[in-house]
Amino acid sequence: MIRLEEVQKRFARRDALRGVNLEVRPGELFAYLGPNGAGKTTTIRVLTGLSLPDGGRALVGGVDVAQEPTRAKALCGVVAQAVNLDQDLTVAENLDVHGRLFGMPKQLRCSRTVESLERLEMSDRSASLVRELSGGQRRRVMIARALMHEPRVLFLDEPTVGLDPTIRRKLWTAMKRIREGGTTIFLTTHYIEEAEFLADRVAFLNQGRVVALGTPRELMEAQGHWAVDVLDGADMRTACFRERDEAQTFGAAGPGSFTLRRVNLEDVFHATTGRKLVNGAAS
Amino acid sequence: MIRGWKAVYYREALLLRRRFWKTLGTMSVSPLLYILAFGWAMAPVGQEGVGMGQEYLRFLLPGLAAMSSMTQSWAIAGEINIARFYWRIFEEIQAAPVSPGGYVLGEVLAGMTRALLAVLAVLALGLAFGVRLSFGPAFWLALLLNAFFFASLAVGLAMRIKAHADQALLTSFVITPMAFLGGTFFPVERLPVVARELLLLLPLTHASRAARAAATGAELPLLSLAILAVAGITVFFFAVKSVASAKD
Repeated sequence: MIRLEEVQKRFARRDALRGVNLEVRPGELFAYLGPNGAGKTTTIRVLTGLSLPDGGRALVGGVDVAQEPTRAKALCGVVAQAVNLDQDLTVAENLDVHGRLFGMPKQLRCSRTVESLERLEMSDRSASLVRELSGGQRRRVMIARALMHEPRVLFLDEPTVGLDPTIRRKLWTAMKRIREGGTTIFLTTHYIEEAEFLADRVAFLNQGRVVALGTPRELMEAQGHWAVDVLDGADMRTACFRERDEAQTFGAAGPGSFTLRRVNLEDVFHATTGRKLVNGAAS
Repeated sequence: MIRGWKAVYYREALLLRRRFWKTLGTMSVSPLLYILAFGWAMAPVGQEGVGMGQEYLRFLLPGLAAMSSMTQSWAIAGEINIARFYWRIFEEIQAAPVSPGGYVLGEVLAGMTRALLAVLAVLALGLAFGVRLSFGPAFWLALLLNAFFFASLAVGLAMRIKAHADQALLTSFVITPMAFLGGTFFPVERLPVVARELLLLLPLTHASRAARAAATGAELPLLSLAILAVAGITVFFFAVKSVASAKD
């Protein structure tokens, strides 16, 4: 459904993407993880025709985005990182304008507005001005809007950033429901638990390169099953092990206190890049 | 080539409808002040002041209509930049299958709609001050061509600037001087040759001339209309090119 072939993108002072290769299968919920500035948004911009790649090819549904942007855009729904709704229009008007931009006839626009808002549990705010909505509600409206034209691929660029945990969980449920409807989802996030909970497959992006790719389980199992965080003065070191006993012994032999836990995707990122991913920042 | 223009225009029309009375009020303030200050209060005292003012008002009103059509069609640039830099709505339009030509046409028509409203406001003010002129098709054609030119210029330049603050610079250095020097308040023909020829380079000068001639029943300067049409089409294509290259 999505294919990136050696995609490169350069900005004035830095290389944002350095030969990214990737394939996302139809109906998959694909999480694209990485710290801030890794190139996640740039990848989405290239895939949705908002940026032209400096090298390589980006294809959506078999359509080369740079060669046939209008055809490719018709296949995509985009939920941008920043809220980009018309604040002075109502929720329904925002969706209606979107439907018109995608050339949908009136009857279809009306029925899809109702369906999309129902799907995101926003039907009761249809006539509200966007400026009257909370942050979480605005996000849900953005997703409902992106679903209006029934895209084959839905791009979600950090859709839960800045939201409280309850709202975040609601959005996760909505994303799962959308995926179950057959839509391919390309999700960028720096929340590890989001990718673990939602994704069929995950790619880690670091400094413009894909450094790991696979199902969350495959990636985690490659590191082991158990992780130990050992506190050494002000520093914390993490090590992964196959067996619980090994991990326990390692922790007990350390200089300070330790925590034993299951391996997670953060350990994968650490193991592949030597950096830790904390709230979107790599350290 | 022009896919999506109706949706772009519809969005602007919805926003205009929501802010209609505020927008109309804002459009009316400057023309009212100019009519009061230059057309009415500055009439010579002791010479049947109102009569002299009335004469000048008949001269001023078509110029004010041209000036308002310019400023209001140009104002679409501000709306675009708010949508682009502040609300980020331009990205939503960019991500839709809307062609650059469709986007420009939708925005230009929105600018022209605003311009028409502004002209109606000026004419209503003129009526309130007792100015009787003829507003036939030639008058409207001149103002629509003027609005087409400035709305296209607004869209094109709005895509070229890198920050919203630059918009104010363009207004200060291009639009405001043109408003005062483009034949709105005085007949350009009375100026020395060099100044006159320089001011004839301004599109507003041609719009004022044509609108004034149409409104007062004088001979229509067809060359001015042709200049406005050619300049408008040229700037429209510049705007399409600017939108097409407005990535990253």
